[in-house]
Amino acid sequence: MKPKKSIPKESRNRREEQLYDAYFDGYDITLDQEEERSLKKERQKQKKQQQKKKRNRNKEFLVVTYSFLALFLCMCGYLCYFIAYESPTFITSSYNKRGSALSATTIRGDIYAADDTLLATSTVDENQEESRSYPQGEMYSHVVGYYYNGRSGLEKDANYLLLDSHEDYLEQFQYTLKGLKVQGDSIVTTLDHGMQSIAYNNIGNYSGAVIAMDPKTGAVKCMVSRPFFDPNTLKENWEAVVNDASSSRLINRCTQGLYAPGSTFKIVTALAYLQQGGSVEDTFQCNGSKEINGVTFHCFNGTSHGALNLNRAFAKSCNITFGTIGMEMDKDAYRKTAEELLFNQKLPTRFTNCNTSSFDVDGDTADDLAFQTAFGQGHTLVTPVHMAMIVSAVANDGVLMEPYLVDHSQNNEGVVVKQFQPKKAATLMSPEEASTLSSMMRSVVTEGTATQLNSDVYEAYGKTGTAEFTADKEEAHSWFVGYATDGDKELAIAVIIEEGGTHSALSIPLTKQIFDYYFAD
Amino acid sequence: MTHYIVSISRFTMLLLFAIYTLDCFLALRMNISKGAQTFYFIKQAILMFLMLYNATYVIYLQTKNPQVIFMAAIETVFFLLIFLIYNTIYEHASKSLLNNMCMLLMIGFVLLARLNLNEAFRQLLLAIFAFALTCFIPYCIEHIKVVRNYSFVYAAVGCLALLLVIVFGQTSYGAKLSLNLGFISVQPSEFVKILFVIFVASMYCKSTEFKQVVITTAIAVLHVLLLVLAKDLGSAMIFMFTYLILIYVTTKQPGYLLLGVAACVVGSVLAYHLFDHIRIRVLAWKDPLAVVDDAGYQISQSLFAIGTGGWYGSGLGNGMPNTIPVVTKDFIFSAMCEEMGVLFGILFIFICISCFLMIFNIALELEDAFYRYVAIGMGSLYGFQVFVNIGGVTKFIPSTGVTLPFVSYGGSSLLSTMALFSVVQGLYVVKKRQEARRHEA
Repeated sequence: MKPKKSIPKESRNRREEQLYDAYFDGYDITLDQEEERSLKKERQKQKKQQQKKKRNRNKEFLVVTYSFLALFLCMCGYLCYFIAYESPTFITSSYNKRGSALSATTIRGDIYAADDTLLATSTVDENQEESRSYPQGEMYSHVVGYYYNGRSGLEKDANYLLLDSHEDYLEQFQYTLKGLKVQGDSIVTTLDHGMQSIAYNNIGNYSGAVIAMDPKTGAVKCMVSRPFFDPNTLKENWEAVVNDASSSRLINRCTQGLYAPGSTFKIVTALAYLQQGGSVEDTFQCNGSKEINGVTFHCFNGTSHGALNLNRAFAKSCNITFGTIGMEMDKDAYRKTAEELLFNQKLPTRFTNCNTSSFDVDGDTADDLAFQTAFGQGHTLVTPVHMAMIVSAVANDGVLMEPYLVDHSQNNEGVVVKQFQPKKAATLMSPEEASTLSSMMRSVVTEGTATQLNSDVYEAYGKTGTAEFTADKEEAHSWFVGYATDGDKELAIAVIIEEGGTHSALSIPLTKQIFDYYFAD
Repeated sequence: MTHYIVSISRFTMLLLFAIYTLDCFLALRMNISKGAQTFYFIKQAILMFLMLYNATYVIYLQTKNPQVIFMAAIETVFFLLIFLIYNTIYEHASKSLLNNMCMLLMIGFVLLARLNLNEAFRQLLLAIFAFALTCFIPYCIEHIKVVRNYSFVYAAVGCLALLLVIVFGQTSYGAKLSLNLGFISVQPSEFVKILFVIFVASMYCKSTEFKQVVITTAIAVLHVLLLVLAKDLGSAMIFMFTYLILIYVTTKQPGYLLLGVAACVVGSVLAYHLFDHIRIRVLAWKDPLAVVDDAGYQISQSLFAIGTGGWYGSGLGNGMPNTIPVVTKDFIFSAMCEEMGVLFGILFIFICISCFLMIFNIALELEDAFYRYVAIGMGSLYGFQVFVNIGGVTKFIPSTGVTLPFVSYGGSSLLSTMALFSVVQGLYVVKKRQEARRHEA
């Protein structure tokens, strides 16, 4: 083997560079073979090392680059998700000022009941001036709402839907060219026109509220609040209606009316008692009255119920039993139960004008206040829609569906634009607790205070109530909250008749008419 | 008729922008010939000018204000000047990055012209001024090599500037962001972030031993703490994340990264429990409509705008973006989505993606460690700033109030982003020289 020709390091490098360039430029440099071979080897080695070094360097860079890319793609994905699924909440929010800007170019859409009964419609004259009319007059006054000096009801909550237009694009274009307004989309509600008529016609001369909903979906079937106003003549009568302070006509009592719950609150007390380890078989002693801290409480009409278990106390609406339970149980846990049933917080509904129910017993509450709170007096205040939500959760294995009124919106040719889906709002209690409560509510109908609701067609469940709101016992509000099922359909209801006399004298017949109508066929 | 043109323009602009974005990614390929590059460059420039004229026409129809057309004329001259200067002086600079810079500036001008014409004019003047200042940066990068020797000077100047803000700063939206110098107000954190990256790069190009890591990390944490004290949470986040990227890339040890992430998580949880204003931000992020009257007001208004605009937007001049507080600054992306559509907004995000991909690509090519680290730092700064801004206004992450580079109104933001891009352009020039040297030798 020939000894390797030694090349000084520096010149070797220069030589190598020449070669390197030649390699790229395609020139040919003559070298003796050995030199070429050894240099080639070395070059390959160097190249490999360089590549290895670069690969090492690349790893971190690639990780960083791909992480950034993933982050940004997630953000794009989220943005798409937001527009597709979350944006309706924001578009229809009453805080969004964009709705009113649309009314300059769009005719406000119509509102229909579930069976296509026309509830509200708009017409334009030759000057494109719009006028709104309500064919059903007073019957839907609060639920549909008004659109004058502000808005209420669906006119408020569905404002954006009514001003959005999905009319044929070519037609829209023609209208725009002619300076005409385009037709806004209509909304079809979940309201049952027959049920709404019954509630409207049978509430009599009393003030009050009736709200009924399907516990399985949350779809509201009727919503009546009396006194009414006529939205067609609201403009002319505005002063009179607003100044009529005593009857607060514009208030929707279903969602905004805050009432003492009366004995219907025993549902909450019973649930708290069960959650603290109580049983429906526990027995109590009622002597018709009881004195706590110098205040004497009576059972209704001073009736003495004697020894009875919880189930019977519930059916007979025994105040002394429930007062004793409320006074003796863990009051902080009592409050926790009430708050799990959505007291002291915003209700999960799709209505903006909705008041918050309040419950103020806790560990520091005096015994006499806890005693009367437990059977529905005290400081507790509740809205009818809230009571309907609680009983619908009982009917639906403890799961509360979000109450809603708009089923879908459609364009002027009836093509569905936006379909609203039932949505679970919360789990208010366990299925076992719901089943225990429902058996108690059933005994109210079979052997208790609401036997009028017995029927061959459906099974009714509920709780009656008489809410005293003044010292004068003659003037009491009459409550009924409950639900009925025929094994297929279900309907939850809350009825309150102001000054409707004692023991649900008026609310039960109205409930019966509504159940009879709903389960008729 | 106006209504029709405004409505149709939504789609024409979207189409032009889509073609532009596609070209961005096509031009990103490595093995592309010089001729093809020139082709993409000219095509993109033409698309950009078409979009500018289309938008200007729409805004003119909506406002009937001839100043809008005057402004578009100045912008045209300005952009042509930028192209001319870069083509003659820096022929090796990245044309795609230059195009993107002009495109983003143009979108900013158009949106500002629609939102507030006075601010649009000011922004245009600021942009011209900023370009005049920063067009020397690539030259400096190529010729001044001692930059890396003054690590601690950068850190000292940076921390001092941040400290000044805490002491003398003006409060806006609960955060101390800017210094009032009488005739002008400056937001130091915008400039300190560039110094910060240079500092970290210069430290780690010397050594990545444990001692060096400790010193650098301590100074980095000091930066972040000063920002948190000034309640400038957005910038604090950007500094923190950028540092994590740098420590990972320079030390090549995932352990440091994991440790850093863990420290950030602990820090964030602590901050959440210590500071009310952070809790409020998080609350507003979880459910903005529940606190719409107060902490959730801004973000709710932003989401009203984006949601109501929908996929295609309402058309320029048809929306109500002025209902969003500070819409011309932090919330300009919402205005863009409302009037030009969320699809436009997504394409915009893709332009930003192509920007940081280009910056990372150049980092990969550079042989000098210092330059490489600077490039990766600049890319991270830019990427995180875009992410924190857009994520914040769309409720993807809690909103923290940072500007959208090149688009938001504001001199400090504009100048610092332009400086950042100029540094990257300078690195492109360095890379070409490196290639040339290899061939010459």
